[in-house]
Amino acid sequence: MSERKELTCIECPRGCRLTVEVDGGRATVSGNACPKGAVWGAQEAVAPMRTLTTTVAVEGSARKRLPVRSDGTIPLARLLDAMEAIDPVVVRPPVRRGDVVASDLLGLGVDLVATDDLLGEDR
Amino acid sequence: MIRRLETDVVVLGAGPAGLAAACSAMEAGARVVVVEREERTGGILKQCIHDGFGLLRYGRQLSGPEYALRDADRFGSLGGRAMLEAFVTSASRLEAGGFELACVDRGGAFLLRSAALVLATGCRERTDRQVFVHGDRPAGVFTAGLAQYMINVQGLLPGRRAVILGSGDIGLIMARRMTLEGMEVIGAYEAKPEPSGLSRNLRQCLDDYGIPLALSSTVTAVHGGRRVEGVTTARVDGAMRPIPGTERDLSCDTLVLSVGLIPENELAKSLGVPLDPRTRGPRVDQNMHTLVDGVFACGNAVHVNDLADYVSESGERAGSSAAAYALAGPGSPSRVRRLSPLSAGPGCLYVVPQLLDLAALADVARADDVCLYFRSSSTMASGAVARLAAGDAPGAGGATLLERRYRALRPPEMERIKAPAGSLAVGPARPAEPGPGASLIVEPIEPEDR
Repeated sequence: MSERKELTCIECPRGCRLTVEVDGGRATVSGNACPKGAVWGAQEAVAPMRTLTTTVAVEGSARKRLPVRSDGTIPLARLLDAMEAIDPVVVRPPVRRGDVVASDLLGLGVDLVATDDLLGEDR
Repeated sequence: MIRRLETDVVVLGAGPAGLAAACSAMEAGARVVVVEREERTGGILKQCIHDGFGLLRYGRQLSGPEYALRDADRFGSLGGRAMLEAFVTSASRLEAGGFELACVDRGGAFLLRSAALVLATGCRERTDRQVFVHGDRPAGVFTAGLAQYMINVQGLLPGRRAVILGSGDIGLIMARRMTLEGMEVIGAYEAKPEPSGLSRNLRQCLDDYGIPLALSSTVTAVHGGRRVEGVTTARVDGAMRPIPGTERDLSCDTLVLSVGLIPENELAKSLGVPLDPRTRGPRVDQNMHTLVDGVFACGNAVHVNDLADYVSESGERAGSSAAAYALAGPGSPSRVRRLSPLSAGPGCLYVVPQLLDLAALADVARADDVCLYFRSSSTMASGAVARLAAGDAPGAGGATLLERRYRALRPPEMERIKAPAGSLAVGPARPAEPGPGASLIVEPIEPEDR
C-alpha cells in the first residue's frame, strides 16, 4: 500500500514542493531541484527531523543568553522535550563557538553546541 | 579640542553588509573606518539565532551569530576595528569633494572625513501605527524583531498567549521561537491573499507546530488597559478592507507584528541621495554607487533582501567600488560615469540596480558580471520568464539582452541574475542624455506552454 505526501523542502530558501511516494520502507522523491531534497524528502516522509536552535542562560557576563544549536538533527516530536532538558543549562565565559554546552540531548546522541563566542570582555 | 579623523572610506553599520563592504574596501587597499551604533558587530544577525544563513556564501547552513562571526573574523584578520557605540548625528558633502560626518561615541564628539561613504544602515520594522491597527494602546504589542531581541538576547518572554499579525519571515520564525519557549501562539493573520514569508518557513515554523495561518485576514483592533487582553480579527476584501460581520474577538496578551521592513535611509536623504519609491532605498548602479558621487549603499538599506548572503554580496561590491572611487582621487577619468536607467517593466515589482554605468561596463579593466536582483509583482506558480529588454518604455519591445526561465516566481522570493558585462551593452549614452536604457520584464508561463 503506497502513500503519497506533498512536502515543502526546508533544506534551502528555494523551498521546492516535493512529492514523496512511500511504499513499504521505500520512499521515492520527485520535485526536488537537488540531491539534498531527495534525502530530506525521504526522511521527512517517514520521520521528520530538525536542527534545534535556541539559547542557554549566561552567568558572569553582561550578556544574558548564549545562542546554541544541536550539532545534529533530532526528531521533530522531541523538540519540546529537548527545550525542557536545556532549560537548566547555565554557562559562564569563556565559551567559544562549537564548544559543547550539554552532551547527548535526551540520549539521542546529539550534543548542544555554542554558536557564538562568549568571552570575558563582554560587558 | 574636537577629535578629527580622516580616511578613504567610511562604512556606516557593521552588520553583514557593512562588514563585507569594509573587508572588500580594505582588500582593495583603502583605509576604512566602520561606525557602528551597537556594542558588538553583526547587526541583526546577533539576534537571529536560527539557522539557514550562508548556504550560498559558505555552502552550509549557519545560524545568524555563526554567520556574523565569520564576518568579524575576516574583518579582524584584515586589521579592521569598528568604532562601536558610535553614531552619526549629521553628514555633509564637502565643497572640495568627499564627506564630513559629525559623530558621537563614548569618548565624545568627533569629526570624520572621507573620500567615499558606504551606507550599510539596514532596515527598520513597520510598526502598528503604520498599519493602522486601532483600539487601545496597552503593553504587549511588539514588532517581531523586538520580540526576537527580548527572547534571544535579553532572555525575557514577551507574554503567554500570542497572535501574530503578518506573515513575514521574522514573524514566522518568532511563531516557532515563542512556541519552543512555552508560549501559546494562536495563529498568524495575513491581510494579503498570499503569505509573505518563504515557503520553507511556513513549513518549519507554522506547520511543524500546528499554528494556523489565516490569509485575507487582519487584526482590526487591540483591546486592553495596561496589558493586551485581546484583539479583534476580521476577514478583508480584495482592497484589504475589513468585511463587516466577519469580526472575531480573540483572547491574548501579546500581539506580534510582522508587517514589513523599510530600508533605513535618513542619512541618505540628508545627503540628497535620490531613492527609488519601489524599494525605498537609494537608486544605485551595478557598483552600488548612488546618484550622489562618492556615496555607495548596500544590503537592506538598498532593498529588503530575503537572504543575508545577498546582503553580503552587495556589500562586497559596494566596498570594492568605494575603495576604487576613493583611491582614484578627484578628477580621475575612472570617476566619470555614464548612467543609463534599468527599469522594472511589466510583471516586475522592482529591480536593483536601477542604473547601469555604461562607462564601467565598457572598461575592460573594470567590467565585471552584474548582479541583478528582482522580485515578480505577482505569483507565477506555473513558471515565468524574466527578460531584460533594451529600451525603458513600458512593454518595451526592444531587443532581448538576456532571458532567464523559472519554475515559479513569488513576490516574497527574490531572484538574482548574474549577467555578463557584455550582455548589458545598452549604450550609447552620455551623462546629460541617459540613453535608451533597459527594462526587466517578467511574464508568467501558462501550464499549456511548458
